[in-house]
Amino acid sequence: MSSQEIAIEPKLNYLNCDYSIKSWLLTTDHKRIAWLYMMAITFFFTVGGIAATLMRLNLLEPQGLLVEPETYNKLFSIHGIIMVFFFLVPSIPAVMGNFLLPMMLGARDVAFPKLNLLSWYIFMTGGSLVLYAVIAGGVDTGWTFYTPLSTLYLNTHVMAAAGGVFIAGFSSILTGLNFVVTIHKMRAPGLTWFRLPLFVWAMYAASIIFIIGTPVIAISLFLIVVERIFHVGIFDPSLGGDPILFQHLFWFYSHPAVYVMILPSMGVISELITAFSRKRIFGYHFVAFSSVAIAAIGFLVWGHHMFISGQSVYAGLVFSALSMAVAIPSAVKVFNWTATLYKGSISYEAPMLYALGFIGLFTIGGLTGLYLATTGLDQHVHDTYFVIAHFHYIMVGGAVMGYLGGIHYWWPKMTGRLYPDGWARVAAIIVFVGFNLTFFPQFILGYLGMPRRYAVYPPEFHTLNVISTAGASILGLGYVIPLIYLAWSVRYGPIAGPNPWKATGLEWTTSSPPPTHNFEETPIVTEEPYRYDRLAEEIHVA
Amino acid sequence: MHNSQAVVAEQFDDRVQQHEAASLGMWIFLATEIMFFGGLFTGYTVYRNLYTTAFETGSHLLNARIGALNTAILIASSLTMALAVHSAQTGKRAKLIFFIISTMCLGAAFLLIKFFFEWTHDYAEGFVPGLHFTYAGPHASHVALFMCFYFIMTGVHALHMVAGEGVLTVLLIMAWRGRFSQERYNAIEMMGLYWHFVDIVWIFLFPLLYLLGARF
Amino acid sequence: MPHAFPLFPQEASTVAPAVDHLFYFLTAVSIFFASLIFLLIFYFAVKYRRRSKDEPPPKNQVINNIPLEVTWTVIPMILVAIMYLWGAEIFVRNAQPPPNALEIFVIGKQWMWHIEHNNGKREINALHIPAGVPVKLTMTSQDVIHDFSVPAFRMKMDVVPDRYTTEWFEATQPGKYRLFCDQYCGMGHALMRGWVYVMTPQDYQRWLTSGVTGQTMAEQGAALYNQLGCVTCHGTGKGPPFAGLYGRTVKLSDGTTVVANDAYIRESILDPSAQIVNGYPAIMPTFKGQVSEEQILQLTAYIKSLASTESNTGAP
Repeated sequence: MSSQEIAIEPKLNYLNCDYSIKSWLLTTDHKRIAWLYMMAITFFFTVGGIAATLMRLNLLEPQGLLVEPETYNKLFSIHGIIMVFFFLVPSIPAVMGNFLLPMMLGARDVAFPKLNLLSWYIFMTGGSLVLYAVIAGGVDTGWTFYTPLSTLYLNTHVMAAAGGVFIAGFSSILTGLNFVVTIHKMRAPGLTWFRLPLFVWAMYAASIIFIIGTPVIAISLFLIVVERIFHVGIFDPSLGGDPILFQHLFWFYSHPAVYVMILPSMGVISELITAFSRKRIFGYHFVAFSSVAIAAIGFLVWGHHMFISGQSVYAGLVFSALSMAVAIPSAVKVFNWTATLYKGSISYEAPMLYALGFIGLFTIGGLTGLYLATTGLDQHVHDTYFVIAHFHYIMVGGAVMGYLGGIHYWWPKMTGRLYPDGWARVAAIIVFVGFNLTFFPQFILGYLGMPRRYAVYPPEFHTLNVISTAGASILGLGYVIPLIYLAWSVRYGPIAGPNPWKATGLEWTTSSPPPTHNFEETPIVTEEPYRYDRLAEEIHVA
Repeated sequence: MHNSQAVVAEQFDDRVQQHEAASLGMWIFLATEIMFFGGLFTGYTVYRNLYTTAFETGSHLLNARIGALNTAILIASSLTMALAVHSAQTGKRAKLIFFIISTMCLGAAFLLIKFFFEWTHDYAEGFVPGLHFTYAGPHASHVALFMCFYFIMTGVHALHMVAGEGVLTVLLIMAWRGRFSQERYNAIEMMGLYWHFVDIVWIFLFPLLYLLGARF
Repeated sequence: MPHAFPLFPQEASTVAPAVDHLFYFLTAVSIFFASLIFLLIFYFAVKYRRRSKDEPPPKNQVINNIPLEVTWTVIPMILVAIMYLWGAEIFVRNAQPPPNALEIFVIGKQWMWHIEHNNGKREINALHIPAGVPVKLTMTSQDVIHDFSVPAFRMKMDVVPDRYTTEWFEATQPGKYRLFCDQYCGMGHALMRGWVYVMTPQDYQRWLTSGVTGQTMAEQGAALYNQLGCVTCHGTGKGPPFAGLYGRTVKLSDGTTVVANDAYIRESILDPSAQIVNGYPAIMPTFKGQVSEEQILQLTAYIKSLASTESNTGAP
């Protein structure tokens, strides 16, 4: 490909080929389905974010500033359910995975395009049911639905919420199935496994988790609904049921689910670090295998959420050891990304700022996970704000930063337009600062002993809560700014051209926005990804 | 512009790729189904270990002969399904239609026996927790737990069979319209995989639910 | 109005320093690695920044270094192994209350803690204990899962319905320490809190015996033993006698053995046909619905108080 690109908007692309609503709602084009998901999850993120805002505002005062405890309990439940199941789990796979996977593979679409559209409709159905639960009065089970509280002691809209998550789970399952088949069967000629971009490896690992894990939470929620309707005692101890069995079934999915949330983000980071340091990834095989290892070992650690549940000490020791093991591949990735920067040619556009921020924040999040995997220490910090800080460092400092970085990186490809990078960098920095201010104090709060899910708290925790809420307001601002300039750029941004970042990767060889069938001719792949060193030769020759 | 003779969907390069993709997709879907039923089997295993006697009592309350009859019916339906697949692969439209209908009839027989014989009988006897449970022997609540699992597991299984009947109906209509040929039989083959899977699940369910405790 | 806010909890139990030392170790490792990564990123980002828009990508890129990969895999493995073992030691120790521990009983219910001492003294949302004495809490819930958490002791344990869980600690200095419910349990979860009052042993004794006019737990259990009719079988040989039973290994009718502990006694009362003592008929009726959790604990206390008068192998 030539290093000189003329930035003209192509005549017919996947966006302008048909403007009708019907063409959007009945599309089978993976790129349009990605937009459908993006609109949906942005909406859900807003709902979950409003819940978080109200929570943090309430926590400004030890006695609760805004709402009664019953309402607060609904807020944190809704925040968790929506953020986990309707934002984080779909985010990168359903948006970026859908948009990019076929393109990175040199394919025209995913293996089952109609199934892909069905996945979106299933997702929206589940989401609507959960929204109904919210509007009709809320649900206060926590996103974890622990029994017997959720089955016998609450009369909020538990079934609607559980049902909504149940339905949305099938969306994940079908998407995972679609991706695995696409990756196995639809790679372009010459595209062997070890020539795949690491984003694809990450999507593959996440898809395995979708496939194997999601059905188990489906059955767990199904049993909750059955118990509520028929008053049978599946988890009712007075009828012989075991409430801890629910915890095992729930966490068997929900732990791998957190790897579903982080692995795609890690895949994005591999793409960003290489592109913005113009370097091949350091340790390609190690990073690729680490993704698979995280997914595999991730299925064996669920009991670390249950060290003090009444689970046996021996089980706890086994789960603790395996949890230590799962930390190692993540560390390996962080080291490999850092090494990729060595002797690179580094620029600081917004995607790179998000990527660098990810590495730092994910490192902290991952290290604090070790505190929780260490049984003797977990006995102190379990169910405290320490846990909340840990998982927000991973999910917000990690997954969301990766999502935003990816959105910014591939925005020109998706829309054909550039966004104003100055504003983007400012927003990235605001997010980074606001995030740390919000969540770092929570580590301290947790070690001090402040329990999670507390609507009111003792006065000695006041100052740290105020700092955390202040940070949250900054973080919120950092999220609002991109909404504005990204929307602006669709209409008014400069034309991007096929490859504004001069990056490697098949997706950059086609026009921006791409034609509906992605490539005019099926590409043939002859080398590994990230061959920026070859680019150097070409530039020298040209 | 749909060419009714078009064999390969646009995202695929050729028939081979399309066939392989469909197969892999169906196998993965079956893997998810294994995990779905797996959650139920896990719960069953835990409670059976805890309440072995009560589970045996509960199992004795079920009619193992009817269960065995249903097992035979389902196995027969797997045979007719396999024959349907073979008919499709060899392009024999009449036989394909015959075997699809046979499979559907056997499946329907299974469902009729289950719903209109077994379950109505269970309800009349007061074995249905949450709706009509009057068993008053020892450990009634644990026997109720067994019955819970019985109804949920066979119910979810039956749901899968109903869905299967629905898909078979669609395939029957397509076969009637001559949509299948030696070059184009993916859907029948995939349905065969699904149907065999549903059969295999039942083969696990039958002994675990109907044959506990020494009997016969 | 906070004038100063704490950044670190008090150490008020014998295990707290061990937990804190482990915390310091993890924090040191975390600070080291986080700083290392932050500094390297910062250093590389500055040193290798793109100096001009048209700067070509670097040639001769190093993309592999197996010794490096092995090093940065093995060193973290060693560090996490240390964390694992260190934490496991504390965790296992926490699961093994000393045999002479002072037993106190906790019943959690939405949304309060009922606590009962052996001598019958009860308290709500408060736990008085002596310093320097290991205390073992035997806990159960009457409804949903709760959690009895004392951050100053670095200790918590879930409180589960229909079973007993235990936690133990030895407080080191007199004072007042927060008690939290730490498993979300519904509307009043955040209000299900209280205080642990650690007193000198003399003060504790004085507190324990003051204002107690009623019976000890064992005495109440003895009364129940008669009122509920347990004596009609267990006092006449129709059912296994209780003298010296607590803590002994019991032979069951299916040939297995079980230790007669709190959980065994509770199950025997609520679901007697689950485990039959060898040599006795399975005729004991269930008392489910007729005894509260508190009464079960009192009956257990009574059984515990019965010294062994003769050996009893469970056979007639």
